[in-house]
Amino acid sequence: MAEALLSIDGLVKRFGGLIASDHVSLDVSAGEVHALIGPNGAGKTTLISQLMGELAPDAGTIRLAGADIAGMSTAARAYNGLARTFQITQLLDEYSSLDNVALAVQARAGHSFRFWSDARRSEPLRKTAIAHLAQAGLAARADVRAANLAHGERKQLELAVALAAAPRILLLDEPMAGLGIGDSQQMIEILRGLKGKLAMLLVEHDMDAVFALADRISVLVYGRVIASGDPESIRANAEVRTAYLGESE
Amino acid sequence: MAERTMAERTMAEPTVVDQNIAEAVASAKIGIGGRDAVQLGLVLIALAFLVSLPFIARALDASTLVTLATRIMIFAIAAASLNLALGIGGMVSFGHAAFFGIGGYVVGILYRHFVSGEALFGFISGTNQLVITAAAAILVSGLAAALFGALSLRTSGVQFIMITLAFAQMLFFLFVSLTAYGGDDGLIVRRRNVLPGLDTRDDATFYFICLAVAVIFFALLHRIMRSRFGVVLGGIRQNERRMASIGIPTYSYKLVAFVISGMGCGLAGALMANFARFVSPDMLHWMQSGELMIMVILGGAGTLFGPALGAALWIILETSLAAWTEHWQFVLGPVIILIILFFRGGLHGILTTIRGNAHG
Repeated sequence: MAEALLSIDGLVKRFGGLIASDHVSLDVSAGEVHALIGPNGAGKTTLISQLMGELAPDAGTIRLAGADIAGMSTAARAYNGLARTFQITQLLDEYSSLDNVALAVQARAGHSFRFWSDARRSEPLRKTAIAHLAQAGLAARADVRAANLAHGERKQLELAVALAAAPRILLLDEPMAGLGIGDSQQMIEILRGLKGKLAMLLVEHDMDAVFALADRISVLVYGRVIASGDPESIRANAEVRTAYLGESE
Repeated sequence: MAERTMAERTMAEPTVVDQNIAEAVASAKIGIGGRDAVQLGLVLIALAFLVSLPFIARALDASTLVTLATRIMIFAIAAASLNLALGIGGMVSFGHAAFFGIGGYVVGILYRHFVSGEALFGFISGTNQLVITAAAAILVSGLAAALFGALSLRTSGVQFIMITLAFAQMLFFLFVSLTAYGGDDGLIVRRRNVLPGLDTRDDATFYFICLAVAVIFFALLHRIMRSRFGVVLGGIRQNERRMASIGIPTYSYKLVAFVISGMGCGLAGALMANFARFVSPDMLHWMQSGELMIMVILGGAGTLFGPALGAALWIILETSLAAWTEHWQFVLGPVIILIILFFRGGLHGILTTIRGNAHG
């Protein structure tokens, strides 16, 4: 088997007496959708924060395409191909949707120590940004301020911004959270369109979405991976059923 | 390898392309349009008024009008500089008077050495050339801002406010104890710095010099605010976490903005030292930092001309109320509170509201 694009090995993170990551090991291969499920408080978001370098793990390694990224800042990780969406949307509320996405395109295009020409009149930035907005189904809302978007649209904008960062791996932190049935379906369709083109680590509670999208599923309970495998084996796994799936049915 | 080449990166085109996208790209508004034209018109009207002001003052026999306007212009430059850090970058610096004061002292100290003929530190000869002193003021205040900024930007929020305040107060006490340069009493600059071909001692001429500097300065700020750098800076104010997660090393951008902001205040300080022909530690006092902040907030933080409007209102109120009663702060306080309470965008906010209503 070829080396995984992202591999996490023996990751430990403690908050006082609480273990948020208990020797977590998992990997994501190129083009794969690896779903991470688990009850609230299982440490899913904490894991993403460690992957992005917002939290420093107490032990363990994270490798991106074989290279240890322990010393990298969040910005450097993003620049090297990790992009995330936030469960609680983190958008630039005073800027338009288009501005939000164009900034991510701009960040990708090199440094922004350019003081003279009007960033909003840069056609390459704007056009690429609009294409990414359209990809996330938001092209019609390009000129709307992020603060004035509906919840579902904000989730879509999160995705458009992450895509504009041109990642190799997309870390999706509950992209369906709080969405109605229609919006959820739309988001699943958008993600299905990306499947195979982009590696994804999908943290999600919505089992319909997980089983519709995932190539592989890992189950995180109290910071520990209790099971990992293809969707069918996870569905059949007794331990998972009691720990997690059973609760939601 | 985790590294990718720049070419690969910029070529990272979206993977899903359909007709909708093509249409969206085609119909997207790249430009900004009508609002810009209105703003440009207002700026030209204001500029025409400022250019004719000395002639109006002479006709009305009110020469104090020119010195008042000069003061406003100098503080407009200082407040607009602070606004780059505070209003756009979200860095609430409570120590910007330090850079204003440094700019002033560069002029004062160079003049002192020019008069005495002794070289500063044994190798820098004094000068009274405005171009050189102003450039030196910008440079030195920029260096100070780089040093203060590099340390204080490691923190944020209340800690940042307190550290910038502490740095400025340290400098204040340094200059108070620096008896070689007047200490508490300050330094007198007997004659304004000279500019070839112009009589800087004439108040109207000096007014035009300040006006020219202000025009260039605001034009630069206008470009910076709309540039890639400016958009990044505004993004950092709104959500620094988001900016980091799209690959922006936010610290570097904040530091550069802080330095530019300090340089602008240094320039204003150099003009002020020439205008008042006097520098003293009061220029670096925390109350001066506070006044600059009030100008920014009063006028409208984050806007291009808001701080200039704030500076104008503050100085006009201060001057006219001080002439009327020595307890002028008693009146000024409530005025500021009312504006800030009822008009969140400051004076600039009031104007845009009126304009919005006029347009229906």
